[in-house]
Amino acid sequence: MKKKLTTVNFKGTKEQEEKLIAVIDKYAGVRGAMMPILQEAQEIYGYLPIEVQTIIAERTGVALEEIYGIVSFYAQFKLNPDGQIAVAVCLGTACYVKGSGDIVEEFSRLLDIPVGSTSADGKYSLEATRCIGACGLAPVLTVNGEVYGRLTKADVPTILAKYKD
Amino acid sequence: MATVNVKINGVEYAVPQGSTVLEAARIANIDIPTLCYLKDINEIGACRLCLVEVKGARGLVTACVYPVNEGMEIFTNTPRVQASRKMNLQLILSNHEKKCLSCIRSTNCELQKLCRDYGVDEGYIKGTVNEYKIDDSSVSIIRDNNKCILCRRCVGACNNQGVGVIGANNRGFDTEISCAFGQDLASTSCINCGQCIVSCPVGALYERDDTDKIFDAIADPTKHVLICTAPSVRAQIGECFGYAPGTDCEGKMVAALRRLGFDGVFDMNFTADLTILEEANEFLSRVKNGGALPMITSCSPGWIKFCEHYYPDFVDNLSTCKSPQQMFGAIAKTYYAEKMGWDPKDIVFVSAIPCTAKKFEIGRDGQSAAGVPDVDFAVTTREVGRMIEKAGIKFRDLADEDFDDPFNVASGAGVIFGATGGVMEAALRTAAEVIEGKPLEKVEFNDVRGVEGVKLASYKIGDINLNVAVASGSGNAKKILDAVRAGELDVQFIEVMACPGGCVNGGGQPIQPASVRNSIDLAATRAAILYKADEQKDIRKSHESSAVKKIYDEYFGEPNSHKAHEILHTHYVKRGLYNNK
Repeated sequence: MKKKLTTVNFKGTKEQEEKLIAVIDKYAGVRGAMMPILQEAQEIYGYLPIEVQTIIAERTGVALEEIYGIVSFYAQFKLNPDGQIAVAVCLGTACYVKGSGDIVEEFSRLLDIPVGSTSADGKYSLEATRCIGACGLAPVLTVNGEVYGRLTKADVPTILAKYKD
Repeated sequence: MATVNVKINGVEYAVPQGSTVLEAARIANIDIPTLCYLKDINEIGACRLCLVEVKGARGLVTACVYPVNEGMEIFTNTPRVQASRKMNLQLILSNHEKKCLSCIRSTNCELQKLCRDYGVDEGYIKGTVNEYKIDDSSVSIIRDNNKCILCRRCVGACNNQGVGVIGANNRGFDTEISCAFGQDLASTSCINCGQCIVSCPVGALYERDDTDKIFDAIADPTKHVLICTAPSVRAQIGECFGYAPGTDCEGKMVAALRRLGFDGVFDMNFTADLTILEEANEFLSRVKNGGALPMITSCSPGWIKFCEHYYPDFVDNLSTCKSPQQMFGAIAKTYYAEKMGWDPKDIVFVSAIPCTAKKFEIGRDGQSAAGVPDVDFAVTTREVGRMIEKAGIKFRDLADEDFDDPFNVASGAGVIFGATGGVMEAALRTAAEVIEGKPLEKVEFNDVRGVEGVKLASYKIGDINLNVAVASGSGNAKKILDAVRAGELDVQFIEVMACPGGCVNGGGQPIQPASVRNSIDLAATRAAILYKADEQKDIRKSHESSAVKKIYDEYFGEPNSHKAHEILHTHYVKRGLYNNK
């Protein structure tokens, strides 16, 4: 699926930037270092927005577009931060045939954000994941790591209500 | 050279060791189709159109990247090969916007030609078709991804230029060639060189077309519409009308432009000469007065924007001379307007150029000597070709005509501006005579000629030891500037042309398909015309041109005078690399 650009304001700190620069410098002169740099950058920031990719581009001399090409290609890289309430709906085969497509759409409608993005205030994020290995509970989803299974579309408002505050 | 023996379609050939199957086939006079492969630019084996059978190989192999070896037996045209190519064409076509009738590349489209050759029609595979918004943010280059076949030639060209603002983003069926974070082209550090356009096999990339506005201006009786043609246009325009690359069509070009209705048809070689006078004197004054050295030429607007984005610390090293295009427009709206008694506002000045970056240059600050833009429209060789064709002018049947007075005298030095090293050679001819005060014994400076990306030379002129560098292709300029920055290269004068080979290979020139570009050196073939024209001129040094002498006598006084500075010079800006930071 095409990755969504984030609408959340960047809130990177000086400390995070120093950590990132240390990571980039650690790999100076190492061929094929872009993948580990991006992985470690994502560990630092939680996602890879334009501000972070620009620091990497300027420090490594690799064009921003080349970096973005890598980030937008691999499923492991995120362009949106996790929300305070992070919803991840499994779209693996078992969950999908059990109707998780409808569930993810219902979240999207109620939260008013596209799948694969985070609300501008950073409160909610909605992600479609690959199989999370809990097919017996299909269709399954997690909210901040908490697992919910054997759901229908009608359960979505109830789940969201639990996280209202 | 070591060779290996191969059999191609049953016939034996000795081909150079290390050749690809594609190169070997060319020796056998067989053209294997390639949609992604473009020599020196894109060699990734992605489009699967060049598939051939090799005896003993497990499947079909991609000729463009597969090396030959001793005893190899290659079959380029079997039913299996044809069926596979046909299937791949059908798949490519299934996600291609088939608006071929009005497509700018119709009849010059590599995909269209292959579909015709292989009998592939439009409706064979019906599947999902991606829909993209056209990116027309740039004043120079328009991208229509609905026609893109993801060959990545443009990406290779952009990377070779050291720019790299476009690339493949997302994956699978969502893959598109675009800029980082969905930015439009105009907000990136694109230099507008147009090398992506001349690499594109289809109609996904093209220049902004200004021809309708020019037709309107010509039809307006209150306007004086003037055109001047850049040195290299005469060497390429014939290609729009079926002439082989390397045909000089200056006379027919002038005749055709006059028939289009322009009120004056001028030769930009005149301002090329004028540039040399201004630039050579600027250089000598920088040497004498301790100005910023090395001085770097400023004729190529792609290079200027490249310098502003990527090497802002070198902006003060750029010559302040306007490019020949801008100088001509400035003179047309000052000196010439006064002479003719015209209001500069009533002049529409058009330049015919090999360049897409010049469309950006005309809108820059500091390019309005008479209070109105020096140049109103910059049209590429391709657009000029289209105007002539649309007007029904039979280009090939026209008799040769000459450029209009008063700027129709130009030296050989002005002509060679269109080839890499040409500006340097022209400047050296003049600088040497100014410094030494006696005529040159030999006007050719052969060390700065040729299509290599980087050329270095040293000359002793008078008591000055002069080291010069010439780069063509902005990626090669990077090499020189990095070396200068690191203190590893000591040069005083650098010529940079943004396009590889110089203007003859500019992004606004007629587009030649891969089958031509893979087998001949277009830049060298086209440049040969300019060097021949130079050789045939009586006057070969810019300062000896009577037109140049006259305009200094009548108007500017002397090179680098106050008036010359006001009209013929400009300034630059330091841009960031990532504007949206």
